[in-house]
Amino acid sequence: MTSGLWELVLKGIWITVQLLFFSALLGGVVSFVVGIARTHRLWIVRFLAGFYTEVFRGTSALIMIFWVFFVLPPAFGWQLVPMWAGTLALGLTYGAYGSEIVRGALNSVDPAQREGGIALSFTPMQRMRLILLPQAVPEMIPPFSNLLVELLKGTALVSIMGMGDLAFSGNLVRLALQESAEIYTYILLIYFVIAFLLTRIMRGLEKRLKAGIGKAPERRGKLAMPRPETTGVGAGAGGGA
Amino acid sequence: MKWDWDAVGDFMPHFWDGLLVTLQALVLGSLISFALGLVWALLMRAPSRWVRWPVGVVTEFIRNTPLLVQLFFLFYVLPEWEITFSAMTTGVVAIGLHYSTYTMQVYRAGIEGVPAGQWEAATALNLPMRRTWTAVILPQAIRRVVPALGNYVISMLKDTPLLMAITVLDMLGEARLFAQQNFQFTEPLTVIGVAFILISYPASLLMRALERRLVR
Repeated sequence: MTSGLWELVLKGIWITVQLLFFSALLGGVVSFVVGIARTHRLWIVRFLAGFYTEVFRGTSALIMIFWVFFVLPPAFGWQLVPMWAGTLALGLTYGAYGSEIVRGALNSVDPAQREGGIALSFTPMQRMRLILLPQAVPEMIPPFSNLLVELLKGTALVSIMGMGDLAFSGNLVRLALQESAEIYTYILLIYFVIAFLLTRIMRGLEKRLKAGIGKAPERRGKLAMPRPETTGVGAGAGGGA
Repeated sequence: MKWDWDAVGDFMPHFWDGLLVTLQALVLGSLISFALGLVWALLMRAPSRWVRWPVGVVTEFIRNTPLLVQLFFLFYVLPEWEITFSAMTTGVVAIGLHYSTYTMQVYRAGIEGVPAGQWEAATALNLPMRRTWTAVILPQAIRRVVPALGNYVISMLKDTPLLMAITVLDMLGEARLFAQQNFQFTEPLTVIGVAFILISYPASLLMRALERRLVR
């Protein structure tokens, strides 16, 4: 492979990382807004949030991407830059998955904590901000870490729309060299390294957040990942599938 | 926003063709992933680390890299090695292989969930290893994991549109072909989007019901 082709791959990595960052940001916001809305006391709010989740979880991410690229522009008369179209489709889809994580973690906080907040006459906002979220967020990190890797894998889909991400650069190199085994092996390895780095970052974050509420990080027998030194008392709930 | 019911009517015959292909890919992919996942899960329990370690690395690698690139890999690289499959076969194998690395974890959890007393009883009854697995451990383990496997089938359904990228005419492939020939994108894409929800939402309700029944 020549240096020119490597430059192409580097550009692809940069696009993939940007897309991953923006869609993770949008997905995170959507997860929290929709997830918290699903624990709201008004049924209509819960219903709408649940409806959003089921619709966006129900379709395929690739179909959402097609929809945002091809149906939105003529329907509303404006066209998004590919980067934002990709961000929108991925963020909304993976946000729907994330909202389930947020809801689950909020529901798993001991009800006595919420009741304590009520007894101390905290407002609902204060209860969420000061009591529920600080205890729920550390529990969300392991599933969010998995979702982030799924999102990274999802970013490859935009290459079908011709966006010059890592997977797309692989196709270009294949066309240039008329040889595919080498370049696709490299592309897969690069994705794997990015996924590995993401998992490591999320594990560090989990450790810090759990230390903040006096818990040890969840123990997971995953290969190529350091095992936590301590088991601690009451170390997290067992990892769900 | 213009909505053309005639376009929907024109698209429907293609839609049914695409649905058939999607469901075929889903069923075959599921079967491969169920079988291969069990093989991985059993290999991960092998006494030798020279078996466990490579299997662990390979499956971790497959799980953490995009299915789309794996599809391209199989589609473009295998012919270079003089192995030629149809696009559909390649796609089914890729999906089955990718999801086997997920189902393997499901099986592992199911096997670990079988109480230790069952193993001890099998030893006490002097059952051979083979019979311990087929008559005692697996029937109990698989019963617990059916809903989780079902959820991966739903995930797989949502990944079948990727096969379009290697020229398979699944639902999305048919929709794109129709859209390009008639310059109508809104109707076919919306029809298949709704179709996916109509299939996957009841399926996920079914899995939740199964979970309540089977997992205790």
